[in-house]
This record gives sequence, C-alpha cells and structure tokens, in this order.
Amino acid sequence: MRPEAVAAMTAELTAVGNPSSLHSSGRRARRVVEESRESIAAVLGVSAGDIVFTSGGTEADNLAVKGLYRARRAADPRRTRVLASAVEHHAVLDPVEHLGAVEDAEVQWLEVDHLGRLRVDLLEKQLVSDPGSIALVTVMWANNEVGTTQSMAEIAALCAEHGVPLHSDAVQALGQLDVDASTVDSLAVSGHKVGGPHGVGALVLRRGLALEPLLHGGGQERDVRSGTLDAPAIAGFAAAVLASDADRAKRTARVRLLRDDLVARVTTTIDGVTRNGDPVDNLPGIAHLSFDGCAGDALLLLLDAAGIECSRGSACSAGVPRPSHVLLAMGMDPVVAMSSLRFSLGHTSQESDVDRLLEALPGVVARARRAGPAR
Amino acid sequence: MRVVAALSGGVDSAVAAARAVEAGHDVTGIHLALARSPQSHRTGARGCCTLEDARDARRVADVLGIPFYVWDLSERFVEDVIDDFVEEYAAGRTPNPCLRCNEKIKFTAVLDRSLALGFDAVATGHYARLVEGPRGRELHRAVDPAKDQSYVLGVLDSEQLAGAMFPLGDSLKTEVREEAGRRGLLVADKPDSHDICFIPDGDTGAWLRDRIGASPGDIVDAESGVAVGHHEGAFAYTVGQRRGLGIGTPTPEGARRYVVGVDTGTSTVLVGPPVLLEVDTVVGDRPRWCGPAPDVALEGQVQLRAHGDPVDAVIEVVTDDAGATQVVGHLRERVRGVAPGQAMVVYDGTRVVGSVTITRSTRA
Repeated sequence: MRPEAVAAMTAELTAVGNPSSLHSSGRRARRVVEESRESIAAVLGVSAGDIVFTSGGTEADNLAVKGLYRARRAADPRRTRVLASAVEHHAVLDPVEHLGAVEDAEVQWLEVDHLGRLRVDLLEKQLVSDPGSIALVTVMWANNEVGTTQSMAEIAALCAEHGVPLHSDAVQALGQLDVDASTVDSLAVSGHKVGGPHGVGALVLRRGLALEPLLHGGGQERDVRSGTLDAPAIAGFAAAVLASDADRAKRTARVRLLRDDLVARVTTTIDGVTRNGDPVDNLPGIAHLSFDGCAGDALLLLLDAAGIECSRGSACSAGVPRPSHVLLAMGMDPVVAMSSLRFSLGHTSQESDVDRLLEALPGVVARARRAGPAR
Repeated sequence: MRVVAALSGGVDSAVAAARAVEAGHDVTGIHLALARSPQSHRTGARGCCTLEDARDARRVADVLGIPFYVWDLSERFVEDVIDDFVEEYAAGRTPNPCLRCNEKIKFTAVLDRSLALGFDAVATGHYARLVEGPRGRELHRAVDPAKDQSYVLGVLDSEQLAGAMFPLGDSLKTEVREEAGRRGLLVADKPDSHDICFIPDGDTGAWLRDRIGASPGDIVDAESGVAVGHHEGAFAYTVGQRRGLGIGTPTPEGARRYVVGVDTGTSTVLVGPPVLLEVDTVVGDRPRWCGPAPDVALEGQVQLRAHGDPVDAVIEVVTDDAGATQVVGHLRERVRGVAPGQAMVVYDGTRVVGSVTITRSTRA
C-alpha cells in the first residue's frame, strides 16, 4: 500500500463511528466518507454523487452488469442483448455468462484484433442492428493480461448515439491512465490496484441510470448498494487515488521507459520471444511475452526460484493452467498462449530489477525449452 | 538436492514432503491435476483429484513454507492411464491403473519434467523403501506390512528408481498420522483414499459400460456348458468375482459360483466352483525390472494383487518362439482368482525384482 493510504486508513481504524449514524462520531465518520467520495470523483471527472462504494472491483462489475441488465430489461422486455468484449476480466465475463445461462440474455461477444483492440466496426454493426434490444455494452478500459487499452471515447460516443448504456471495467486503468469516467455510463474501479487497501472499490454510476441492486439492506449507497460503509478502507482508497493521480504522469512515464527497455532487452537477447498486446496504446507497467517452445508454468517456477515473480495472467480455482481467453480471443494458438508470461512493473521497480531478470532469463528459457512446451 | 514433492492433498504425501524439507533438501511442492473437470469436494474416501484436494495440497506447502505449483497432466493421464484401463477391460482383462499411473505419470511425465527443469528427484508418499545395494539402488517393501505399496511401484526401472524418493518407507502409518498432527499439517485426519480415483462413485461396471457400450451375452456354467444367466457386458466381470452375478448363487446344490473366465470376444462369462479358480502357474509378459533381470530361475515370491499375500514361487524368464519375453511363476501352493491383466510382482524377500502383466494362469 502507498504510505498515504496506510496513514489515512490507520488514522481511521482507531476512530469510532458508523458513517450512517446520526450522532457526532457517526457524523465525523460520514465526513471522512464524503470527503473521500469527493476526492475520488474529482480524479475521475465525475460528481461525488456518482460514486457508489463497493467491496471491490468484482462487486462493482457484477453490480453494473447484472444490475443494468435486470433494470433495463424490466423497463423494456425487448432488451435481452448483452454486448461484451471477448477480452473482459472474469469479474465481467462470468456475470455476463451467468446472464446468458440463467436469465435468458442473448450474449454477443465483441471481437478484438490480434493486438487485443476492440473491433469498433463490428460493435457499430451490432449497435445499428436493433439498438432497442440491447440491455448494455461492456468494454474494459485496459486489459489486465496484455495491457491493451481501448478507444473508450470512440466506443462511448457510439453507444451514446444509439442510446445504449456502456459499462467499463477500469480496475487496471485507474492510476495508470487518464480515466475520464464521465465518458461512460458506468465504471468499475478498485482500491488495491492504485496502492490502496484490498476489499474496497467503487462503481461510478451516472445518476439517473436505473440499476437493480445486488445487495438489499440498509440502502446506504444511493439505495443501489447496501452494507455498512467501511470508512477506514474508503479513506485509504481515496488517499491512494489522490496520491496516484498526483504522481501519475511522472511515475508512469518512468515505468513505461523501464518496461520498454525490458521488452527490448528480452526480445534482442533471447530468440523466439514475441511481445503481445498493443505496442502503443497500453498500460505502462505490463510486458506480456510469449516464449517459443516453453511452458509458461515452467518459466514461472524457474523464475520464482531465481527470485523473480511474474504471472501467467490468470488461473482457475485449482490453479490449473489453461490458455487465457484473452490470448485466444486475439487469435493466438493455445500452445503459444500457454507459453506466455506477464511481467508487471510498478512504482518500486528499478533498472536493477530488469538487469536481474535479464541475468536469469536466458538460462531459464533454455531450461524450460528442454522441458518442452505445454501439452 | 532439489526435490519435487508430489502433494496429493493427503496425509502421506504431506509428511513425505515435510521429511524431505527437514532432511535439508530444496523442496518444491507439485500437485498433479489429473482430471479435466475436477469435482469440487471429496465424497467419502474416493477420488484424489478434487479441488478440495488441490487446496489441501496448497495448504501443506504453505505450512512447510515451500513453493507450490499445479501441473496439468490430465491429458497424459487420459492417454496413458484411462484409455489403457478401458482398452484392457474391453479385452477382458483386469488392469491395475495405479501401477500404470506410477510408471507413466509420476515416474515418467513428472520425473522427466522435473529433471529437465533442474530437479534431482521426485518424492512421493508411497510406503516403500529404497536401499543402496551392491548392484545399485533396490526397491524394497515398506516396514509397515499393512501399508506396503511396493506392489504398485514394481513397474519402476533403475532409471526411475534413481530419481525417486520415498521418505515414508521406514514408518508405520500410525506414526505418519501422528507426525502430521505434530507438524501442524491439517490433513492429519483425512481418510485414506481407496478405489479408482477417476471413477468417483466407485461403480466401475457402469463407468465402463458408458465407455465401451453394452455387449450382452450369457453367463455359462463352465462345467455343464449350460447358460445360467445373462449379462450386459463381459468386460464388467473379473475372474474370481462372486458378488453381483445375478444368477442366484449358490447353485441349487448349494455350491458357490465364481467367475472363472471372461471372453469378451464371444461375450461369455464362465462361472463355476472355486476349485476351477485354483492355479499354480502364472504367466505374464511386458516385464519391467527394478534392476537387473534375473538370469537364472529365482527362488522368490510373487504377489498377484495389490493387497495380496506373497506366495513362494520359482520365477523363470523364458523367451518364446516369437522372441517375446515371458515370465513364468511356478507357485509353491495353489492360489485362487488370478485375473489376466493384473500385475504379478516378483519379490526376492523384501526386494522387488520386477513385475509382469498376467496373460494366463494354469493348474498342473
């Protein structure tokens, strides 16, 4: 966690008061929550009243996808179509699939190109054909695996033109890119991705957009989300959002250079390495690489043993490696998809970390190639 | 040494890994995902590949402070173990998939990958001992006769044994459970797994029928040649089987009837009195030697099923006219219910000499 977030959160942990209580300690806690709400809203370019605090990105995505679908369909039973990009995070992917499986939604996955960019032309085709039957469109702001960012302004304009609400999962984008939440109707963000605490996030929801709640109870958040507000987590979240916004330009420029250096050095030092994702429009801290003839889990094991932590992108509940749906949607062969690793860099990453990776990686790749590709 | 500890999520592999760590090895925990769509929870003592087992394995690695990975061997498991299991049954034989899994999965796929990745050995929770003998590393029975698993390891050759580590061979199961509790391994009270892990409900007959298809035929009395019943597939019957024949055993005269022969070609199941099951010569092929093959007739023992008693025997390696190696066990006493497809594991005292797949058995 960022020190600003730790300070704000720990200060609040020892304070008494439920933000929904009317007595003075409740009012004090309420003030912390509302100031946090205003800070986050300012960074995201929306009004404080648009922010609905949740338990994190997954809840925000579920609330948006299921809540918008149910409310829009209740208002007009013709609205059965859900348009979702094929590279969504599971927090969106799974609720969308759920709606298709259980609530008769007609799910249409929107194709991406080989760089992971949404085929806006195909989206437009879908929008034009009977926009009155579309409950919502959901397109993630930036992809968590390959880092590709989408042309959100263009996508938002198209959806607005056809009167269809657009949700965007911006969990990965916040703190890394200039996220203007006012361009979309609904946006999910999460605390821990910006150096705040785990277990807190928000749905930025344009006021006036009806949404069916997931959690029923005290109606604390605009009657859209119930549950006692976690004032310490919210304070930490807001402090992290402010801090990550304040240093974003400088921080991300440095990380981007470091990441580009990593990619350049790895691809020139080791044969058979391919970089995935959009080389220009992307998250600054993600380098997603495929290594010919290697199994990703072998690379991960060997790198971990060498003190370098990276990720295969996604894992199922048993931790069984499967080819990523994102890479498959980009048209990648499953065996190549299984040979891929994501290296994430952050504000603590240094040139010496890249040096260390470059020292270990040639031997690791050679060894993994001897052990063979995934099968 | 750099050691891969295969963690099933059970108590034995947990303690084996703990002992490898304590012995000073650099240990990495690996859970083998063998099922494509694992069940989420164990039901009783069956199965070994549920998500719950994967979680238990991960918790063991956490407690031991070792890295943990899941290796997906489900495809190899289907090809090398399940397909073979079905083919063997379809041909009227009774395979033991655990031997096959040890030979092809744990000590080929996993061992090869581990060695390629720079590890020196694979440690498992099997109850068996490795002894450095004058002619190299030997595989021996475990000290706990009730838990001894040397039978299902009798397929490992010298090279495989060289990369194996069995830290539990000198212990009793009760000691292992107690040690797991003492070490804070939460799997200490988990029940032992039994039966065939990939048939979750334990109904092998139904499982096979789903894959082989029904192939009805007669149940025939081996002595009179009279059809006494009907079956849905001869493959579901095993020589020596008495229960579930549906022919009103015992006979009108009061004698119990057993399956004494299975012919999937003619879809016939032969039944008869237990005396027809008695054999004293067992022949097998596809030998796997856990060291040098015996060059002279060996005065040793054979074991004919996983939890069977050893039987004194003279074991001969012969080459038939076609040049194929056969192994003949001349038993000192008659035994009952030897099914083709099962393994005959050859012992010299506690030492495992090797194993063969039983092709036929006869009575002098």
